[in-house]
Amino acid sequence: MGLVLTMQLRPSMIDYGVESQLPVIVGISIIREIGPVITALIFAGKIGSSIGAELGSMKVTEQIDAMEVSGTNPFKYLVVTRVLAATFMLPVLVMLGDAISLYGSWLGVNIRGNTSFTLFWMQVFDSLSFNDVLPAFIKSYFFGFAVGIIGCDKGFNSNKGTEGVGRSANSAVVVSSVLIFVIDLLAVQITDALGFT
Amino acid sequence: MTLTENLKAGNQIQNKAPAYVMSIRNLYKSFGNNNVLIDFNLEIEKGEAIVVLGKSGSGKSVLIKCIIGLLTPDKGRIEMFGKNIPDLNIAELDKIRAKVGFLFQSNALYDSMTIRENLEFPLRRHWIEVSQQEVNTMVLEALDDVGLKHTIDMMPVELSGGMRKRIALARTLILKPEIILYDEPTTGLDPITGKEIIELIREIQQKYNTTSLIISHDMNCVRMASDRIIILLDGRCYASGTYMELKQNEDSKVKQFFE
Repeated sequence: MGLVLTMQLRPSMIDYGVESQLPVIVGISIIREIGPVITALIFAGKIGSSIGAELGSMKVTEQIDAMEVSGTNPFKYLVVTRVLAATFMLPVLVMLGDAISLYGSWLGVNIRGNTSFTLFWMQVFDSLSFNDVLPAFIKSYFFGFAVGIIGCDKGFNSNKGTEGVGRSANSAVVVSSVLIFVIDLLAVQITDALGFT
Repeated sequence: MTLTENLKAGNQIQNKAPAYVMSIRNLYKSFGNNNVLIDFNLEIEKGEAIVVLGKSGSGKSVLIKCIIGLLTPDKGRIEMFGKNIPDLNIAELDKIRAKVGFLFQSNALYDSMTIRENLEFPLRRHWIEVSQQEVNTMVLEALDDVGLKHTIDMMPVELSGGMRKRIALARTLILKPEIILYDEPTTGLDPITGKEIIELIREIQQKYNTTSLIISHDMNCVRMASDRIIILLDGRCYASGTYMELKQNEDSKVKQFFE
Protein backbone atom coordinates (compact mmCIF):
# COMPACT_ATOMS: atom_id res chain seq x y z
CA MET A 1 0.00 0.00 0.00
CA GLY A 2 2.78 2.43 1.01
CA LEU A 3 4.77 1.85 -2.17
CA VAL A 4 1.77 2.35 -4.47
CA LEU A 5 0.51 5.38 -2.56
CA THR A 6 3.95 6.99 -2.71
CA MET A 7 4.29 6.39 -6.45
CA GLN A 8 0.82 7.71 -7.18
CA LEU A 9 1.23 10.81 -5.02
CA ARG A 10 4.67 11.76 -6.31
CA PRO A 11 3.63 13.47 -9.61
CA SER A 12 1.05 15.68 -7.86
CA MET A 13 3.50 16.52 -5.07
CA ILE A 14 6.11 17.51 -7.68
CA ASP A 15 3.54 19.70 -9.44
CA TYR A 16 2.88 21.56 -6.20
CA GLY A 17 6.60 21.67 -5.40
CA VAL A 18 6.26 19.77 -2.14
CA GLU A 19 7.96 16.49 -3.07
CA SER A 20 9.98 16.66 0.13
CA GLN A 21 6.73 16.33 2.11
CA LEU A 22 5.96 12.94 0.53
CA PRO A 23 6.92 10.89 3.67
CA VAL A 24 4.73 13.18 5.80
CA ILE A 25 1.61 12.83 3.63
CA VAL A 26 2.05 9.09 3.14
CA GLY A 27 2.81 8.53 6.84
CA ILE A 28 -0.31 10.34 8.03
CA SER A 29 -2.49 8.62 5.40
CA ILE A 30 -1.23 5.20 6.37
CA ILE A 31 -1.35 5.62 10.13
CA ARG A 32 -4.69 7.41 10.33
CA GLU A 33 -6.73 5.65 7.67
CA ILE A 34 -5.29 3.31 5.09
CA GLY A 35 -3.38 1.03 7.46
CA PRO A 36 -6.25 0.23 9.86
CA VAL A 37 -8.96 0.01 7.17
CA ILE A 38 -7.07 -2.07 4.60
CA THR A 39 -5.69 -4.40 7.29
CA ALA A 40 -9.18 -4.82 8.77
CA LEU A 41 -10.63 -5.62 5.33
CA ILE A 42 -7.95 -8.25 4.70
CA PHE A 43 -8.56 -9.55 8.22
CA ALA A 44 -12.31 -9.79 7.48
CA GLY A 45 -11.58 -11.73 4.31
CA LYS A 46 -9.20 -14.16 5.95
CA ILE A 47 -10.29 -14.49 9.58
CA GLY A 48 -13.99 -13.55 9.27
CA SER A 49 -14.61 -16.10 6.53
CA SER A 50 -12.55 -18.70 8.38
CA ILE A 51 -14.55 -18.24 11.61
CA GLY A 52 -17.86 -18.25 9.70
CA ALA A 53 -16.99 -21.41 7.77
CA GLU A 54 -15.48 -23.26 10.73
CA LEU A 55 -18.37 -22.60 13.11
CA GLY A 56 -20.90 -23.15 10.32
CA SER A 57 -19.38 -26.51 9.57
CA MET A 58 -19.34 -27.39 13.28
CA LYS A 59 -23.00 -26.41 13.50
CA VAL A 60 -24.20 -28.53 10.56
CA THR A 61 -22.17 -31.57 11.69
CA GLU A 62 -23.66 -31.32 15.20
CA GLN A 63 -20.26 -30.65 16.80
CA ILE A 64 -21.68 -27.64 18.62
CA ASP A 65 -24.51 -29.78 20.02
CA ALA A 66 -21.91 -32.39 21.03
CA MET A 67 -20.02 -29.72 22.97
CA GLU A 68 -23.18 -28.71 24.79
CA VAL A 69 -23.87 -32.34 25.66
CA SER A 70 -20.27 -32.62 26.93
CA GLY A 71 -20.93 -29.93 29.53
CA THR A 72 -19.38 -27.09 27.56
CA ASN A 73 -21.02 -23.78 26.90
CA PRO A 74 -20.32 -23.46 23.14
CA PHE A 75 -20.80 -19.69 23.30
CA LYS A 76 -17.96 -19.30 25.80
CA TYR A 77 -15.75 -22.00 24.28
CA LEU A 78 -16.12 -21.03 20.63
CA VAL A 79 -17.42 -17.47 20.44
CA VAL A 80 -15.84 -15.60 23.35
CA THR A 81 -12.35 -16.95 22.58
CA ARG A 82 -12.57 -16.04 18.89
CA VAL A 83 -14.02 -12.58 19.48
CA LEU A 84 -11.34 -11.77 22.09
CA ALA A 85 -8.58 -13.06 19.82
CA ALA A 86 -9.88 -11.01 16.87
CA THR A 87 -10.33 -7.88 18.99
CA PHE A 88 -6.86 -7.95 20.52
CA MET A 89 -4.88 -9.23 17.56
CA LEU A 90 -6.12 -6.89 14.85
CA PRO A 91 -4.40 -3.78 16.37
CA VAL A 92 -1.14 -5.77 16.44
CA LEU A 93 -1.61 -6.65 12.76
CA VAL A 94 -2.43 -3.01 12.01
CA MET A 95 0.88 -1.93 13.58
CA LEU A 96 2.71 -4.54 11.55
CA GLY A 97 0.83 -3.51 8.40
CA ASP A 98 1.64 0.17 9.04
CA ALA A 99 5.34 -0.62 9.49
CA ILE A 100 5.47 -2.66 6.27
CA SER A 101 3.56 0.06 4.38
CA LEU A 102 5.92 2.77 5.57
CA TYR A 103 8.87 0.63 4.59
CA GLY A 104 7.25 0.23 1.15
CA SER A 105 6.80 3.96 1.01
CA TRP A 106 10.50 4.48 1.71
CA LEU A 107 11.27 2.14 -1.19
CA GLY A 108 8.83 4.16 -3.35
CA VAL A 109 10.52 7.42 -2.44
CA ASN A 110 13.89 5.93 -3.39
CA ILE A 111 12.79 4.69 -6.79
CA ARG A 112 12.99 8.20 -8.19
CA GLY A 113 14.95 9.97 -5.47
CA ASN A 114 17.48 9.42 -2.77
CA THR A 115 16.32 9.67 0.82
CA SER A 116 18.07 7.90 3.65
CA PHE A 117 16.14 5.43 5.79
CA THR A 118 16.75 7.51 8.93
CA LEU A 119 15.66 10.76 7.33
CA PHE A 120 12.50 9.16 5.95
CA TRP A 121 11.48 7.77 9.36
CA MET A 122 12.34 11.01 11.14
CA GLN A 123 10.12 12.93 8.73
CA VAL A 124 7.27 10.44 9.24
CA PHE A 125 7.47 10.42 13.04
CA ASP A 126 7.99 14.19 13.33
CA SER A 127 4.74 14.74 11.45
CA LEU A 128 2.74 12.31 13.58
CA SER A 129 1.12 13.28 16.83
CA PHE A 130 -0.73 11.49 19.59
CA ASN A 131 -4.00 12.60 17.92
CA ASP A 132 -3.07 10.68 14.78
CA VAL A 133 -2.04 7.41 16.40
CA LEU A 134 -4.51 6.96 19.27
CA PRO A 135 -7.85 7.13 17.36
CA ALA A 136 -6.48 4.82 14.65
CA PHE A 137 -5.31 2.36 17.27
CA ILE A 138 -8.61 2.44 19.17
CA LYS A 139 -10.75 1.97 16.08
CA SER A 140 -8.69 -1.11 15.20
CA TYR A 141 -10.06 -2.80 18.33
CA PHE A 142 -13.60 -2.10 17.15
CA PHE A 143 -12.80 -3.42 13.67
CA GLY A 144 -11.43 -6.63 15.21
CA PHE A 145 -14.45 -7.00 17.46
CA ALA A 146 -16.80 -6.51 14.49
CA VAL A 147 -15.01 -9.14 12.38
CA GLY A 148 -14.97 -11.64 15.27
CA ILE A 149 -18.57 -11.20 16.35
CA ILE A 150 -20.02 -11.20 12.81
CA GLY A 151 -18.01 -14.31 11.84
CA CYS A 152 -19.20 -16.13 14.97
CA ASP A 153 -22.81 -15.00 14.53
CA LYS A 154 -22.95 -16.13 10.90
CA GLY A 155 -21.26 -19.45 11.69
CA PHE A 156 -23.31 -20.14 14.80
CA ASN A 157 -26.58 -19.51 12.95
CA SER A 158 -25.60 -21.49 9.89
CA ASN A 159 -28.09 -24.01 8.52
CA LYS A 160 -29.05 -25.82 5.31
CA GLY A 161 -25.96 -28.06 5.22
CA THR A 162 -22.87 -27.32 3.17
CA GLU A 163 -24.65 -24.60 1.19
CA GLY A 164 -25.34 -22.84 4.49
CA VAL A 165 -21.64 -23.07 5.45
CA GLY A 166 -20.62 -21.32 2.21
CA ARG A 167 -23.28 -18.69 2.76
CA SER A 168 -22.09 -18.12 6.34
CA ALA A 169 -18.49 -17.60 5.22
CA ASN A 170 -19.59 -15.28 2.45
CA SER A 171 -21.93 -13.15 4.54
CA ALA A 172 -19.39 -13.01 7.38
CA VAL A 173 -16.97 -11.22 4.99
CA VAL A 174 -19.59 -8.98 3.37
CA VAL A 175 -21.28 -7.87 6.60
CA SER A 176 -18.06 -7.33 8.54
CA SER A 177 -16.52 -5.37 5.62
CA VAL A 178 -19.54 -3.06 5.50
CA LEU A 179 -19.41 -2.75 9.28
CA ILE A 180 -15.73 -1.76 9.10
CA PHE A 181 -16.66 1.20 6.86
CA VAL A 182 -19.56 2.15 9.14
CA ILE A 183 -17.31 2.02 12.24
CA ASP A 184 -14.69 4.03 10.37
CA LEU A 185 -17.29 6.66 9.51
CA LEU A 186 -18.47 6.83 13.11
CA ALA A 187 -14.89 6.89 14.39
CA VAL A 188 -13.97 9.89 12.28
CA GLN A 189 -17.08 11.76 13.45
CA ILE A 190 -16.38 10.95 17.10
CA THR A 191 -12.67 11.77 16.96
CA ASP A 192 -13.52 15.01 15.19
CA ALA A 193 -16.10 15.90 17.83
CA LEU A 194 -13.61 15.08 20.60
CA GLY A 195 -10.97 17.28 19.01
CA PHE A 196 -8.56 14.56 17.83
CA THR A 197 -7.71 16.40 14.63
CA MET B 1 -52.69 -56.85 19.51
CA THR B 2 -55.16 -54.15 18.48
CA LEU B 3 -54.30 -50.49 18.27
CA THR B 4 -56.26 -49.73 21.47
CA GLU B 5 -54.42 -52.50 23.27
CA ASN B 6 -51.14 -51.15 22.01
CA LEU B 7 -51.94 -47.69 23.25
CA LYS B 8 -53.05 -49.11 26.59
CA ALA B 9 -49.85 -51.13 26.79
CA GLY B 10 -47.89 -47.96 26.29
CA ASN B 11 -49.86 -46.08 28.91
CA GLN B 12 -50.03 -48.93 31.39
CA ILE B 13 -46.26 -48.79 31.81
CA GLN B 14 -46.91 -45.75 33.96
CA ASN B 15 -48.90 -47.86 36.44
CA LYS B 16 -46.08 -50.33 37.04
CA ALA B 17 -43.96 -50.03 40.13
CA PRO B 18 -40.40 -50.62 38.81
CA ALA B 19 -37.80 -47.92 39.08
CA TYR B 20 -37.90 -46.03 35.82
CA VAL B 21 -34.67 -44.41 34.77
CA MET B 22 -36.53 -42.17 32.38
CA SER B 23 -40.13 -41.03 32.34
CA ILE B 24 -41.65 -38.79 29.66
CA ARG B 25 -45.15 -37.54 30.27
CA ASN B 26 -47.50 -35.47 28.12
CA LEU B 27 -44.68 -34.09 26.00
CA TYR B 28 -45.55 -31.46 23.42
CA LYS B 29 -43.18 -29.79 20.97
CA SER B 30 -44.02 -27.73 17.93
CA PHE B 31 -42.14 -25.50 15.47
CA GLY B 32 -44.56 -22.78 14.40
CA ASN B 33 -47.71 -24.53 13.18
CA ASN B 34 -45.92 -27.87 12.85
CA ASN B 35 -46.87 -29.99 15.87
CA VAL B 36 -44.03 -32.49 16.09
CA LEU B 37 -44.75 -34.15 19.43
CA ILE B 38 -48.30 -34.34 20.77
CA ASP B 39 -48.92 -35.76 24.24
CA PHE B 40 -46.01 -38.19 23.94
CA ASN B 41 -45.56 -40.62 26.84
CA LEU B 42 -42.76 -43.10 27.49
CA GLU B 43 -41.22 -44.79 30.50
CA ILE B 44 -38.02 -46.81 30.43
CA GLU B 45 -36.80 -49.29 32.99
CA LYS B 46 -33.16 -49.72 33.94
CA GLY B 47 -31.21 -51.87 31.50
CA GLU B 48 -33.94 -51.76 28.86
CA ALA B 49 -33.21 -51.12 25.18
CA ILE B 50 -36.03 -49.14 23.64
CA VAL B 51 -36.15 -48.34 19.95
CA VAL B 52 -38.28 -45.44 18.80
CA LEU B 53 -39.35 -46.27 15.28
CA GLY B 54 -40.87 -43.73 12.97
CA LYS B 55 -40.81 -42.34 9.48
CA SER B 56 -38.35 -39.60 8.49
CA GLY B 57 -39.56 -36.28 9.84
CA SER B 58 -41.81 -37.93 12.42
CA GLY B 59 -40.07 -36.16 15.31
CA LYS B 60 -37.72 -38.89 16.54
CA SER B 61 -34.66 -36.64 16.62
CA VAL B 62 -36.71 -33.83 18.18
CA LEU B 63 -37.73 -36.23 20.95
CA ILE B 64 -34.16 -37.29 21.69
CA LYS B 65 -32.95 -33.67 21.62
CA CYS B 66 -35.69 -32.70 24.09
CA ILE B 67 -34.53 -35.54 26.36
CA ILE B 68 -30.91 -34.35 26.42
CA GLY B 69 -31.93 -30.71 26.78
CA LEU B 70 -30.80 -29.45 23.36
CA LEU B 71 -34.41 -28.46 22.66
CA THR B 72 -36.94 -27.21 25.17
CA PRO B 73 -40.36 -28.84 24.97
CA ASP B 74 -43.46 -26.64 24.88
CA LYS B 75 -45.14 -28.67 27.60
CA GLY B 76 -44.70 -31.89 29.53
CA ARG B 77 -42.23 -33.61 31.82
CA ILE B 78 -39.01 -35.48 31.07
CA GLU B 79 -37.78 -37.04 34.29
CA MET B 80 -34.34 -38.59 34.64
CA PHE B 81 -32.53 -39.25 37.92
CA GLY B 82 -35.39 -37.60 39.80
CA LYS B 83 -35.15 -34.29 37.92
CA ASN B 84 -37.45 -32.74 35.35
CA ILE B 85 -35.10 -31.84 32.47
CA PRO B 86 -36.97 -28.73 31.14
CA ASP B 87 -36.85 -27.17 34.65
CA LEU B 88 -33.09 -27.47 35.06
CA ASN B 89 -30.59 -24.66 34.71
CA ILE B 90 -27.39 -25.21 32.71
CA ALA B 91 -25.29 -26.34 35.69
CA GLU B 92 -27.91 -28.87 36.81
CA LEU B 93 -28.40 -30.04 33.23
CA ASP B 94 -24.65 -30.63 32.84
CA LYS B 95 -24.68 -32.90 35.92
CA ILE B 96 -27.43 -34.98 34.33
CA ARG B 97 -25.64 -34.96 30.95
CA ALA B 98 -22.57 -36.50 32.61
CA LYS B 99 -24.73 -39.58 33.27
CA VAL B 100 -26.37 -39.64 29.84
CA GLY B 101 -24.43 -40.45 26.69
CA PHE B 102 -25.54 -39.21 23.29
CA LEU B 103 -24.43 -40.76 20.02
CA PHE B 104 -25.06 -38.26 17.25
CA GLN B 105 -26.33 -39.28 13.83
CA SER B 106 -23.39 -37.51 12.17
CA ASN B 107 -20.97 -38.75 14.90
CA ALA B 108 -20.08 -35.11 15.70
CA LEU B 109 -16.38 -35.83 16.21
CA TYR B 110 -14.35 -32.64 16.54
CA ASP B 111 -12.37 -32.58 13.30
CA SER B 112 -9.68 -30.26 14.65
CA MET B 113 -8.81 -32.71 17.45
CA THR B 114 -7.14 -36.13 17.46
CA ILE B 115 -9.11 -39.19 18.58
CA ARG B 116 -7.40 -38.98 21.98
CA GLU B 117 -8.44 -35.32 22.38
CA ASN B 118 -11.97 -36.14 21.24
CA LEU B 119 -12.27 -38.75 23.95
CA GLU B 120 -10.62 -36.60 26.61
CA PHE B 121 -12.94 -33.67 25.86
CA PRO B 122 -16.00 -34.85 27.89
CA LEU B 123 -13.76 -35.79 30.83
CA ARG B 124 -12.15 -32.38 30.91
CA ARG B 125 -15.31 -30.37 30.24
CA HIS B 126 -17.42 -32.11 32.87
CA TRP B 127 -14.68 -31.06 35.33
CA ILE B 128 -14.18 -34.60 36.55
CA GLU B 129 -11.12 -34.65 38.78
CA VAL B 130 -8.91 -37.36 37.37
CA SER B 131 -5.15 -37.48 36.86
CA GLN B 132 -3.62 -37.58 33.39
CA GLN B 133 -2.71 -41.22 33.97
CA GLU B 134 -6.34 -42.07 34.77
CA VAL B 135 -7.48 -40.11 31.71
CA ASN B 136 -5.10 -42.14 29.53
CA THR B 137 -6.40 -45.39 31.04
CA MET B 138 -10.03 -44.36 30.50
CA VAL B 139 -9.35 -43.33 26.89
CA LEU B 140 -7.59 -46.63 26.14
CA GLU B 141 -10.36 -48.61 27.84
CA ALA B 142 -13.06 -46.85 25.81
CA LEU B 143 -11.11 -47.40 22.58
CA ASP B 144 -10.56 -51.04 23.53
CA ASP B 145 -14.34 -51.46 23.99
CA VAL B 146 -14.86 -50.45 20.36
CA GLY B 147 -11.74 -52.27 19.09
CA LEU B 148 -9.93 -49.18 17.81
CA LYS B 149 -7.01 -48.68 20.19
CA HIS B 150 -4.61 -48.13 17.29
CA THR B 151 -6.43 -44.99 16.13
CA ILE B 152 -5.65 -43.03 19.29
CA ASP B 153 -3.37 -40.46 17.63
CA MET B 154 -5.20 -40.28 14.31
CA MET B 155 -7.49 -37.49 13.12
CA PRO B 156 -11.22 -38.20 12.52
CA VAL B 157 -10.81 -37.42 8.82
CA GLU B 158 -8.43 -40.39 8.46
CA LEU B 159 -11.10 -42.88 9.58
CA SER B 160 -13.86 -44.65 7.66
CA GLY B 161 -17.57 -44.05 8.40
CA GLY B 162 -17.87 -47.17 10.54
CA MET B 163 -14.70 -46.35 12.49
CA ARG B 164 -15.94 -42.82 13.14
CA LYS B 165 -19.19 -44.24 14.48
CA ARG B 166 -17.23 -46.54 16.80
CA ILE B 167 -15.06 -43.64 18.00
CA ALA B 168 -18.19 -41.56 18.62
CA LEU B 169 -19.51 -44.48 20.65
CA ALA B 170 -16.23 -44.66 22.58
CA ARG B 171 -16.51 -40.94 23.36
CA THR B 172 -20.06 -41.53 24.58
CA LEU B 173 -18.84 -44.41 26.78
CA ILE B 174 -15.94 -42.60 28.39
CA LEU B 175 -18.04 -41.12 31.19
CA LYS B 176 -19.66 -44.54 31.85
CA PRO B 177 -23.19 -43.21 31.31
CA GLU B 178 -26.18 -44.94 32.83
CA ILE B 179 -28.36 -44.07 29.84
CA ILE B 180 -27.21 -43.85 26.23
CA LEU B 181 -29.28 -42.12 23.56
CA TYR B 182 -28.53 -43.22 20.01
CA ASP B 183 -29.69 -41.02 17.15
CA GLU B 184 -29.92 -43.19 14.02
CA PRO B 185 -26.78 -45.24 14.83
CA THR B 186 -26.72 -47.11 11.51
CA THR B 187 -27.61 -44.30 9.11
CA GLY B 188 -25.08 -43.91 6.29
CA LEU B 189 -23.38 -47.23 7.01
CA ASP B 190 -23.33 -50.31 4.81
CA PRO B 191 -25.40 -53.27 6.10
CA ILE B 192 -22.38 -55.19 7.41
CA THR B 193 -20.90 -52.22 9.29
CA GLY B 194 -24.40 -51.34 10.51
CA LYS B 195 -24.77 -54.85 11.92
CA GLU B 196 -21.39 -54.57 13.64
CA ILE B 197 -22.45 -51.30 15.25
CA ILE B 198 -25.70 -52.84 16.51
CA GLU B 199 -23.79 -55.81 17.95
CA LEU B 200 -21.44 -53.35 19.61
CA ILE B 201 -24.38 -51.44 21.09
CA ARG B 202 -25.74 -54.72 22.48
CA GLU B 203 -22.32 -55.74 23.89
CA ILE B 204 -21.92 -52.39 25.58
CA GLN B 205 -25.40 -52.58 27.03
CA GLN B 206 -24.70 -55.97 28.54
CA LYS B 207 -21.20 -55.09 29.74
CA TYR B 208 -22.12 -51.84 31.48
CA ASN B 209 -25.84 -52.56 32.11
CA THR B 210 -26.75 -49.29 30.40
CA THR B 211 -30.24 -48.27 29.43
CA SER B 212 -30.54 -47.51 25.72
CA LEU B 213 -32.94 -45.34 23.80
CA ILE B 214 -32.34 -45.82 20.10
CA ILE B 215 -33.90 -43.72 17.39
CA SER B 216 -34.04 -45.57 14.10
CA HIS B 217 -35.94 -46.45 10.97
CA ASP B 218 -33.51 -49.21 9.99
CA MET B 219 -35.49 -52.43 10.57
CA ASN B 220 -32.34 -54.52 11.06
CA CYS B 221 -31.30 -52.20 13.82
CA VAL B 222 -34.80 -52.25 15.28
CA ARG B 223 -34.93 -56.06 15.26
CA MET B 224 -31.48 -56.65 16.69
CA ALA B 225 -31.18 -53.83 19.20
CA SER B 226 -34.61 -53.62 20.80
CA ASP B 227 -36.16 -55.09 23.90
CA ARG B 228 -39.22 -52.98 23.22
CA ILE B 229 -40.27 -50.83 20.27
CA ILE B 230 -42.25 -47.62 20.34
CA ILE B 231 -43.82 -46.52 17.06
CA LEU B 232 -43.90 -42.76 16.80
CA LEU B 233 -46.62 -41.64 14.44
CA ASP B 234 -48.15 -38.19 14.07
CA GLY B 235 -46.26 -37.04 17.15
CA ARG B 236 -47.77 -39.69 19.38
CA CYS B 237 -46.76 -43.06 20.76
CA TYR B 238 -48.91 -45.01 18.32
CA ALA B 239 -47.98 -48.55 19.35
CA SER B 240 -45.56 -50.34 21.60
CA GLY B 241 -44.37 -53.93 22.02
CA THR B 242 -41.59 -56.35 21.20
CA TYR B 243 -40.44 -56.84 17.61
CA MET B 244 -42.45 -60.03 17.21
CA GLU B 245 -45.57 -58.53 18.79
CA LEU B 246 -45.55 -55.57 16.45
CA LYS B 247 -44.66 -57.68 13.44
CA GLN B 248 -47.80 -59.73 13.99
CA ASN B 249 -49.91 -56.60 14.58
CA GLU B 250 -52.78 -56.26 12.11
CA ASP B 251 -53.02 -52.47 12.23
CA SER B 252 -52.19 -51.15 8.75
CA LYS B 253 -50.08 -48.26 10.03
CA VAL B 254 -47.99 -50.61 12.16
CA LYS B 255 -47.78 -53.19 9.39
CA GLN B 256 -46.23 -50.74 6.93
CA PHE B 257 -43.05 -50.63 9.02
CA PHE B 258 -42.60 -54.42 8.89
CA GLU B 259 -43.42 -55.06 5.23
